[in-house]
Amino acid sequence: MENKIRFTLNFKTVEISASPLKRLLDVLREDFSLTGTKEGCGEGECGACSIIVDGELVNSCLYPVGRVEGKEVLTIEGFRSTPEFEVLRESFEEAGAVQCGFCTPGMIMAAEFLLRKYPHPTEEQIRKGISGNLCRCTGYDMIVKAIKLASERGDGLW
Amino acid sequence: MEFNISQSVRREDVPDKIAGIAKYIGDYKFKDMLYARTLRSTEARAIIKNIVFPKLPDGYCIVDKGDVPGRNRVKIIDYDMPFFADGVVNYIGEPIALVVGKDKRVIESILSQIRVEYQRIEPILSVEDGLNAEKPIFGDNNCFSDYTISKGDMVSAKRRAKFVYEGEYETGYQEQFYLEPQGMIGVYEEGKVSIYGSIQCPYYVKNAVEECLGFEPYRVRIVQTTTGGGFGGKEDYPSLIGGQVACAALKTKKPVCLIFERNEDIEVTTKRHPSKIRLKSYIDENYRVLGMEGDIVLDAGAYSGLSSVVLQRAMFASAGVYNIENLVVRGRAVATNKVVSGAFRGFGAPQAFFAIEMHMEHIARELGIDPFEFKLSNILRQGDRSTTGGLYRDRILLPEMVNRVIKMSSLEEKKKAFKEKRKIGKLNGIGLSMFFHGGGFTGSGERDHIKGRVRLVKDDKGYVEILVSNVEMGQGAGTTLRKIAAKTLEVPLSKIIFNNPDTDRVPDSGPTVASRTTVIVGKLVQEASEKLKERWSEDRVEVEVQYKYPEGFYWDNDRFEGDAYTSYSWGVNAVEVEVDPTTCEVKINGVWAVFDIGSAIDERIVKGQIDGGIVQGLGYASIEVMEDRSGKIMQRKSTDYTIPTSMDVPEIKSELMCEPYGGGPFGAKALGELTLVGAAPAYALAIEDALGVKINKIPVRPEHLMEVVQNGK
Repeated sequence: MENKIRFTLNFKTVEISASPLKRLLDVLREDFSLTGTKEGCGEGECGACSIIVDGELVNSCLYPVGRVEGKEVLTIEGFRSTPEFEVLRESFEEAGAVQCGFCTPGMIMAAEFLLRKYPHPTEEQIRKGISGNLCRCTGYDMIVKAIKLASERGDGLW
Repeated sequence: MEFNISQSVRREDVPDKIAGIAKYIGDYKFKDMLYARTLRSTEARAIIKNIVFPKLPDGYCIVDKGDVPGRNRVKIIDYDMPFFADGVVNYIGEPIALVVGKDKRVIESILSQIRVEYQRIEPILSVEDGLNAEKPIFGDNNCFSDYTISKGDMVSAKRRAKFVYEGEYETGYQEQFYLEPQGMIGVYEEGKVSIYGSIQCPYYVKNAVEECLGFEPYRVRIVQTTTGGGFGGKEDYPSLIGGQVACAALKTKKPVCLIFERNEDIEVTTKRHPSKIRLKSYIDENYRVLGMEGDIVLDAGAYSGLSSVVLQRAMFASAGVYNIENLVVRGRAVATNKVVSGAFRGFGAPQAFFAIEMHMEHIARELGIDPFEFKLSNILRQGDRSTTGGLYRDRILLPEMVNRVIKMSSLEEKKKAFKEKRKIGKLNGIGLSMFFHGGGFTGSGERDHIKGRVRLVKDDKGYVEILVSNVEMGQGAGTTLRKIAAKTLEVPLSKIIFNNPDTDRVPDSGPTVASRTTVIVGKLVQEASEKLKERWSEDRVEVEVQYKYPEGFYWDNDRFEGDAYTSYSWGVNAVEVEVDPTTCEVKINGVWAVFDIGSAIDERIVKGQIDGGIVQGLGYASIEVMEDRSGKIMQRKSTDYTIPTSMDVPEIKSELMCEPYGGGPFGAKALGELTLVGAAPAYALAIEDALGVKINKIPVRPEHLMEVVQNGK
């Protein structure tokens, strides 16, 4: 069974016909070719598919598209046109926060969500904030430092 | 252009990864692309009597052993596991066939309707059973490898010994858990097969696919796509699935995409070998370890894979960083009806170093002497001989490194303070480990087996492309190699190009494994750059160099005698923990590390390797529990097999203290694997310090600790 579902995707209104149970992750990747959102586990454990829906950080692999009706969805593709992204990109590069990169778009979305909540987070808040996003390469230190750096450099943005 | 080689530079691969633009294998869409899922064995050991397939809808097909035009064996070291099971299955998860078609849901539905009729055979489910197998899986003795190394005079060492100490040490599986699961796409066009995929070793896949299809080399092309981590897990296994998608593409004449789901990846792909290691040491009245007998048993799983070399590396590391002049070590890789064990960062060394570091500590405690003094009085020095009789040619900085880590971690003050704390029931502890890692292939592998070739091409605009088969998989290889070329050529870094390898364009410079990319391939890039520099005034120049075994080294591969490695990197780690007195849960409060890697080609990339390697090592020692029951992996979902999160580890404080290596580029030695090796023993020793117990097994689980504490052992 397919339903018509309307929502805002990266600042634009969109409408699709899909089973309301289809994973939002698949809708993004298959129907909209937005492949910046990654599938790392499909069980909500790794956070590689993190996106922001109505201001909340969600794992899009656990999110049925039916629930997105009327909501605002932000993925890395939309976020990358913002000044906040620029600050995060610079900081992630400078701090060495990226190795294989597969967790990175999800990590960036988690960082954005964290900085909206705490513009000047403590190390503890950062570690807690990204604890739903697994990274197997970096051991996390350089990601924590990148977010700290972004919060200093982007003072006033969040 | 003048720049300090160690100073960090911008990584070219990173901006696209951050922006979500970088294309991983799952992000590719070819025209008319089909998808595939794998039909797998549900039995640990059985004969396939019959397979009943449902009626297939149009456009769907089965690809199995009948669709392998060449040899149905994956060429790894030997002709090994079949691409598709051929009449028998030897582990749960072994691939039998692919279901191929357009719609993933239809494929799932077909898969669920296939009935495989098995005739079960009594499986071998443990190494103990494997060593006494009535119906061996492999050969007569059911061991893929059974080696012995020896040196010196054990008889004399035993006679002179005043003390003897024996211990047995055990390590578990570890899953690589690269964030991007395994995946490949096979394409057939005009008589040629191209494979795109997430891989570490393009030429391993190429050789395997050629044999699988029976194709001439020019008809098989492998292209590496942006790779979301490997850690050894994409060394061997991609050769298997590369052949599978090649057969599927050949059969359907359409692109075929096979991407694993996470839980499938956890359950069926290769992992770190579980080990049982027995060490028996003979010690004189001055507390010198005169001799050691070792017995190393690795659980290899159902097929040999890379087990023989993993075993060799474990054996060569069996004496750790200690100068033990008389030694006999036996090693066996035992066949069992379980998932295949394979490559994982460290490659046998993490098992061996856990065993020897615990062993040395336990000897000291048994003798009532200070463990540091005992270890340092037996430590390797320049001019000493390795377990295989090879000479340690370069200065070994371990004593200085140990002092530095003691200072960085305030180890002595903490030990005292923790003693006091224990009186009021606070269980804190700190442990320290020492270790090495040999750079490049073991023995004469680089000379006889790999023979790596590196090519540089300069165009008329002065751009130089590095053509190698080594991949960027997150570790920074692209940047590291570009820096080596730029520095040698004295040109800006922006003039040096590194692309993901495509075997139609790059020579075989060997696999991206064994911490060899910087020390071996980087050195070849440096040599090629020097040659290119001499011809810089020419418009278009192509230079190629090939690996030469360094003079003065020696290796006898039949007897395992001589220089097992041409260079050694060294490390010292300290870990501080706090154990909950009620639940025995362990919290890591601090990690300190000093490494000798010759020189850092890029300090930020080096730190990334250090942090990541240590955290993988800590996971291995603590929460990464993976067991099997009746041949089935119990922790086969990402919810059950847990890897460290940002909350599980503290900030890691690390420094370098380097002895440059003449044979490496700008003095650099091996780095990638070294960083993982020492964390597990340091962690376990910290828990021993906190609880006053002996730990012989990793991962250290709270429930096991409770038992140990209650039994007072």
